[in-house]
Amino acid sequence: MKRVLVLGTLAVACAAAAQTPDPTAAEFDKFREIMEQDNPAELFEVKGEELWRKPRGPKNASLEKCDLGLGPGVVKGAYAQMPRYFADVDRVMDAEARIVHCMITLQGFTYAELAKQPFSSLTRTPDPVSIVTYVAAQSRGMKLAAPQNHPKERDTYEAGKAIFFYRAGSFDFSCTSCHGVDGQRIRTQPLPNFTKPEQAIRAVQGWPGYRMTGGVMHSLQWRMNDCYRQQRFPEPGYASETVSALLSYLTVNANGQVYRGPGIKR
Amino acid sequence: MRLASAGILAAAAALLASCATPQRDYKPDAQAMMKRDFHARGIAGMERLNEDAVQAACNKHADNPPQAIAEKLQKEQMAAIKWPVDGKLLGDWKPGEKIAQNGQGMSWSDKGGVGGSCYNCHQIGPRESSFGTVGPSLYQFAKLRGYGADIQRYAYGKIYNAKAYNLCSQMPRMGHVGALTEQQMKDLTALLMDPASPVNQ
Repeated sequence: MKRVLVLGTLAVACAAAAQTPDPTAAEFDKFREIMEQDNPAELFEVKGEELWRKPRGPKNASLEKCDLGLGPGVVKGAYAQMPRYFADVDRVMDAEARIVHCMITLQGFTYAELAKQPFSSLTRTPDPVSIVTYVAAQSRGMKLAAPQNHPKERDTYEAGKAIFFYRAGSFDFSCTSCHGVDGQRIRTQPLPNFTKPEQAIRAVQGWPGYRMTGGVMHSLQWRMNDCYRQQRFPEPGYASETVSALLSYLTVNANGQVYRGPGIKR
Repeated sequence: MRLASAGILAAAAALLASCATPQRDYKPDAQAMMKRDFHARGIAGMERLNEDAVQAACNKHADNPPQAIAEKLQKEQMAAIKWPVDGKLLGDWKPGEKIAQNGQGMSWSDKGGVGGSCYNCHQIGPRESSFGTVGPSLYQFAKLRGYGADIQRYAYGKIYNAKAYNLCSQMPRMGHVGALTEQQMKDLTALLMDPASPVNQ
């Protein structure tokens, strides 16, 4: 508990430091490396593992029979190999979408209740967020290898790419408005160019992440959602195919690079 | 020699293979998926997923449409600019600076009250070091370009509708979409054009 308090204080100091321009961004990266040795994400990883193993929901079942793509119950390495095609739903799913699917089919939760408040607040971390943190941690140190074997995996990647480049809305923005050119910033926030493999890893690395702004745990589902808010679009459905398609595009672009596990974000 | 020709053969085979299966356009797939998966929230309605003529041309041609198409659409966008009826383009740079700083507006978490989001992408005044680099620096805007009526008109018009000048510019059309009021755009124009504005010091 004391450790959490110390980390909280550090997080506040860090959020203040994050206001200053570029040279500080490098300093922040160093700071993050130190923080990641004692990462609050670990608390959610532990909670997620409990939630994975414990019988829960109307069907009083655990998630230990959930198939994340490598066979029922196989968690190790699964996150690094998603999004992927799942024959039982005939679509590509990212890790959190698959976990939500398992919570519905195995445990009897409804999509409506899981999608009602799917993102973390200061007072509440939704269960799928903790579970995806646990699942992601079991791919720590592994190379990203989102498959492109099934025709639907290739179609989903291409659809994700088209979504990434699609300009619309009040401000004419697409994902590329911020993430299609090298070396740009919004205010002091550096913007990775996700169309390039060596930078696409930054879309995946550190997620799920303990976010210093607000001090909450967030997953890639949240990250995509908040990008669309800032893009001035309507809201993408939680765990929807659109989000899986975008994550396919980003992850496949980063394939072959090492995933370091749940991290820390500004 | 043999290796080189084998390499050429392999490259030719690859080319042929890629010709045989031309990449299809995935935009209709993307649009259908988004229409199915998105929902309206707050002020952000589903109509925002539809392309207007400018967005459609930029999407179709990867932000680089043929010149004839670009010129025609730019002309239409220019013709739709509503210039202030009093003929005055310069407001007050002081509220202009506040509008430039304000990055709120038009998202589902906003209710009303829109800022210009200018510093998100541009360097403007000398005292603000937290500025983005997606757009060019506007520091010393008029000092470098001149304070004349033509530059005033360019500044106001560009803020009102950047696409009237460069069809696939990344800059939002602040007046065209009704994000900023006429007074706000006048104040921003003053921030760039007033000789007393910190921008021109």
